[in-house]
Formats: sequence, structure tokens, C-alpha cells
Amino acid sequence: MSIAKVAGRGVYVPGNDIDTDRIIPARFLKCVTFDELGPSLFFDERFDGDGNSKGHPLDEDKYAGAEILISDDNFGCGSSREHAPQAIQKFGLKAVIAGSFAEIFHGNCTTLGIPCVVMDEQSRSKLAEQVQSNPNEALILDLEGEQIIFANEIYPMSMKASAREAFLAATYDPLDNLLSARDQIQDTAQKLGYA
Amino acid sequence: MGKNLFQKVWDDHVVRQLDSGQYQVFMALHLIHEVTSPQAFGMLKDKGLSVAFPGRTFATVDHIIPTDNQSRPLKDDMAEKMLQVLSDATAEHGIEFFAPESGSQGIVHVVGPEKGLTQPGMTICCGDSHTATHGAFGCIALGIGTSQVRDVLASQTLAMDPLKVRRIRVEGELGMGVTAKDVILHIIRILGVNGGVGYAYEYAGSVIDAMSMEERMTVCNMSIEGGARCGYINPDETTFEFLKGRDRVPQGADFDAACEKWRAYASDADAEYDDEVVIDAKDIKPTVTWGVTPAQAISIEEIVPSPEKAEGLDKNLITDALDYMKLQADAPIKGTKIDVAFIGSCTNGRLSDFQAVAKVIAGRTVADNVRAIAVPGSEQVDRDARAEGLDKVFEAAGFEWRKPGCSMCLAMNPDKLVGDEVCASSSNRNFIGRQGSPTGRTILMSPIMVAASAIEGSVADAREVFGLQEDAA
Repeated sequence: MSIAKVAGRGVYVPGNDIDTDRIIPARFLKCVTFDELGPSLFFDERFDGDGNSKGHPLDEDKYAGAEILISDDNFGCGSSREHAPQAIQKFGLKAVIAGSFAEIFHGNCTTLGIPCVVMDEQSRSKLAEQVQSNPNEALILDLEGEQIIFANEIYPMSMKASAREAFLAATYDPLDNLLSARDQIQDTAQKLGYA
Repeated sequence: MGKNLFQKVWDDHVVRQLDSGQYQVFMALHLIHEVTSPQAFGMLKDKGLSVAFPGRTFATVDHIIPTDNQSRPLKDDMAEKMLQVLSDATAEHGIEFFAPESGSQGIVHVVGPEKGLTQPGMTICCGDSHTATHGAFGCIALGIGTSQVRDVLASQTLAMDPLKVRRIRVEGELGMGVTAKDVILHIIRILGVNGGVGYAYEYAGSVIDAMSMEERMTVCNMSIEGGARCGYINPDETTFEFLKGRDRVPQGADFDAACEKWRAYASDADAEYDDEVVIDAKDIKPTVTWGVTPAQAISIEEIVPSPEKAEGLDKNLITDALDYMKLQADAPIKGTKIDVAFIGSCTNGRLSDFQAVAKVIAGRTVADNVRAIAVPGSEQVDRDARAEGLDKVFEAAGFEWRKPGCSMCLAMNPDKLVGDEVCASSSNRNFIGRQGSPTGRTILMSPIMVAASAIEGSVADAREVFGLQEDAA
């Protein structure tokens, strides 16, 4: 199914260089399926050693049920763990807006159908501010028009061209497409002596 | 105009262009481990797919394996289950598994090269961001996610965008006590943790040329910490010499033919680059981190930065990092008390790392308040080190000599920091909570700097502690 628009309320988690160890601490990687990861999202940022809430935005009442995560530069850096976008998705978030993304994280999100949207600092901080004062208002990510609509205002955004194309064409999970070239894969393997 | 290595390897391995604009690229070698890959076998099963090229995938176990007692079943039930799922899946699909106590187990990025599976001109991938390590042999080596592990198992290909190439030339000669680890920490400090986004890094120049393969692996290993999708070094005689006679490498006349083929992948003299950076080796000193990203690094001679004086840097990041690390701005990093010393990991857990440390710690003792562990990167490294008596040298100095695994680099096993302990670590990430305690503090440095700090009980300059003088070279 193609993803042309994502609509949902936003939540702003500020900070540059938020790494995947923070998004999902390594101890939660002890699992053989991704099913249970949702509650562990940002766990050590959200809870202290006794399990008490530290007042993270994800746990503020006004953002309950938010579906679009907004953060800052170099989001998702570090480990390649797909557990990070899996936890984001299982938590109920459908898209991420940031100043920039680390590449492996971006690729993992795309394959899972989570659009990663880039916004410059000025529009991002204005949007984050607006979301903070109107937490009940839904954001609309318009992938086709490459714009974000919030409270009747239009914000500029950009996406990696190949990812945007894949969302619109419903090919963001590339597996079927890759498998459709079985003969060409064999040819390449033969040519390189890998068959 | 000539081509660089990235372009040559890429062109050889492209199967076709996809409608999205991405390319379908054949993966010559696929490495898997127990954390990011078992789920991919489940995905295959859900889709009724089999493994397309089982002979091109190899498995090992490293992240969850304890380094004290590896006998089965593992004490941690979930760790045992992860190991069992990987073991069953590889058996079912005909994939070779370097199991614990097989003599071949170890950290995936140590095992691949030491077996000779990693060869110049290959595309290599693994569900692990430090796959860039293999670039030391002249490979495009990519960290991938689990869904991509599934893609590679099912099709031996990945969908990906091409990369730009930045050549980083490190020219001159390194001073005494300055290591490959200092070179890469220095590069990341200069170019930033996201400076490499969109790029493959080609490391070149006289300093890189003079490095051993193990040193080159240390440099390439941390490419991801600089944001680069991968990093590589052109294959040369050092590369071929390292590979000669290894398990999975062609032998005899076939080896000579392979060398010819491998040599041709090296960047042409007139190759084009999207960017170039030149670094003077004189500027590289023993380097340590003070903050919570690998770019938050300074030389051992410097003081910790202050947010007020930071120009062109994010002041909030500095303030937050200092808060977390409980360090004073404008104070020397040297002398910062440590609780734990860790030598190991895919960055610095190879034989030469332990040799270098053994040479300087013989006859010295770890400070009373410091818990020090040395963790070989593989069963092979462990055997080789023991054959030279290195384990005894470490033990005599007060280190524990452990069994192979990722250990305290990421603490998915019993090796963890406790509370807000400070660890002098030869690993690759100083992220918040990285070493297993949500308040634990990591200071990254080279193995000999870890050793010097372990002996002093605080962050120390290996050149001073071990009397490494320029004229003694």
C-alpha cells in the first residue's frame, strides 16, 4: 500500500545526535522477535532506576497517542539495530521529522514504512513550538506535495528522493522487487565467480 | 579519468537499477550474529522463502556470550535462546556457524578477516554498524538492519543508493604512543559525528600506508562513528601479506592470480573524489573522549571544553555531556578518576592490541581501585595470545583475561558498568548508558592509554606512564 500522507498528532523530543542506544537500550535487544519492543522506547530517558517517570515528553498526558515524532539533527546515529525503528513503530509512532538522519536508521525506517522527513532548523523549531502549544492538533505530512501542514500553515520539508518514490509507489519494502530479478542475480554471481 | 575503489566495486556488483532510483547490489559476503539476525529467519519463514546463497553467509555469536563461563546452557535464559535460535536456523539453512568452543567463534568483525573470508573487492554486509571494519581490505562493507538481513538471505542483494566518496589523507609520521585509534578519534573529532553522512570514507596517505592490517581495521571500524556509511583502504602488499595462507583464501598459484585481481580494485591514481581532507600526523596526539559522542574528544594534553567558549559547537550538547559525565569544564581530562578498564571489542580486540599493551605493562600493576579486564576478540586471538604468554602478562599486572566476545563494549552480556562508574575503554562508543548502566560513563581511548589509565587509576598519558620517547624509536 502506498504511503502518500501521514496524519497524526506530534510530540517533540529535543536533542541532537540521539543515538539508537538511547532510543532502545541494549538490554532490550535480548529477544528473538520485535513484538514486545514498544514499551521500551527511550526507556532510560523516560524512567529512573526505580521505574519512576522522569517526565519525558512521550509520557506527558498532552502528547498521549501522538503519532509523529519530531527531533533534531543526526537522529538515530550509532548502532544499526532495527530494534530502534521497530520500537518507534510498535509504540504507535508512524513518522519521524528531524533536522537530519543517520543513514542506517533512515534505511531501516524506510523499509518498515516509517517516513523520515527532514526539516531545516528554523521551520522545525517553529513547528515544534506550535505542536507544543497545540498538542491536540494533527499534523499532516504530505509526501506527494513535500510539505507539512499544521494548523492551516504550510511548512517546507524534504525527503530522500528514492525513499519518497518508494513510499508513493508502495515499494518501500524492497524484497518482492529484489526477488523478481532472480536471473539477473544469478548472472551477476556467475560473472563475479560467486555462484 | 580513473575510478576510485568504491566505484569499481559498486559497478561490478550492481545487478540493476530499481524504479525508486536505488540500485540492487549483490553482496559477496554476508555475516550474521545472534542479535540482529534470528528475527530475519522468522521473516523468511513467514514468506515461505529459503536462503538463496547459503554458502555466502557465515554466522557467529558475540554480543550476548558471557566472557567468564561459556558452557551451555548459558546462565541467562534469553541469551541461551538467542544462541539456540541462531544455531537451529543456520543448521536448517545450511549456513556455516562458528559456534562457541568450535575454535572459530569470536566477534564477527574479528572472525571474518582472520579466516580470510573478507577479501579485497567484495561487497560485505552484516546486521551490525561496525561492519565498516572489513573496509580495511578494500571492500564496501555495510552495516544493515534486520529487514535487510532478510533481503540478503532471500536474494543475496540489497537495495541501496550510491555514495559519494571522501578521501581522507593522513600524511606524515605518527609520534610515539600515537596509535590507529588516536587517528580515527582525531578524524571524527575534526569531521564530526555526522560529517560522513552520504559518504564512503577512503583513508589514504603515508600514515595509513604504513599501518598493519589490524591498525587499518581499527580505523575503518569507527567510520560509522563519523556518520560515514562505510570506510575503506585500498588493498596493497600489506593486505595480500595478511591474507596469504589464511583458511578461506585461494592458495598457491590461485593466490597470485587473486592478488592480481584484488590489486586492480585499488583506486586509480587519477581517480575522482567528491571531497578530500588532508590531516597532518603531527597534529594527532593520544586522544580521549570527554563527552557522550565519539566526536566529543580532545588530546590528553587538553582541557575539557566549556560551553561558554565553544565556537561553532552546540552549547547545549556540551552542557548536557558535561552534566552526564560529571566533568568540570576547563579542567584537564588527565587525572580523571576511573573505576574500570576495558581492553577488547571489534575496534581493539586483536592480537596486536594485546601485544602492544603486554609490552608496556609487564612488571606494572593495575591500581587497587580499578577493575581491569582484557577480552580477546576471538578464540583464535585468545589461542595466539596464550601461545605468546600474553594472558600471563595481563594477569600478573592485575587484569582478568577473559573468553572472547563483545563484552563491555555494549553490555548485552554480564560485563557491565555499575551505577555511574567511569570506564577507560578501548571500544567505539561513549553513548549515554552504552556500557550497561543508564548512568555509566565511558572514556574512549587506545589500548595502551587504557593500560596507562588502569595503572594510574585515572586517565593518564601512556607516553608518560610508559616512558615512550621519540628518540627511543
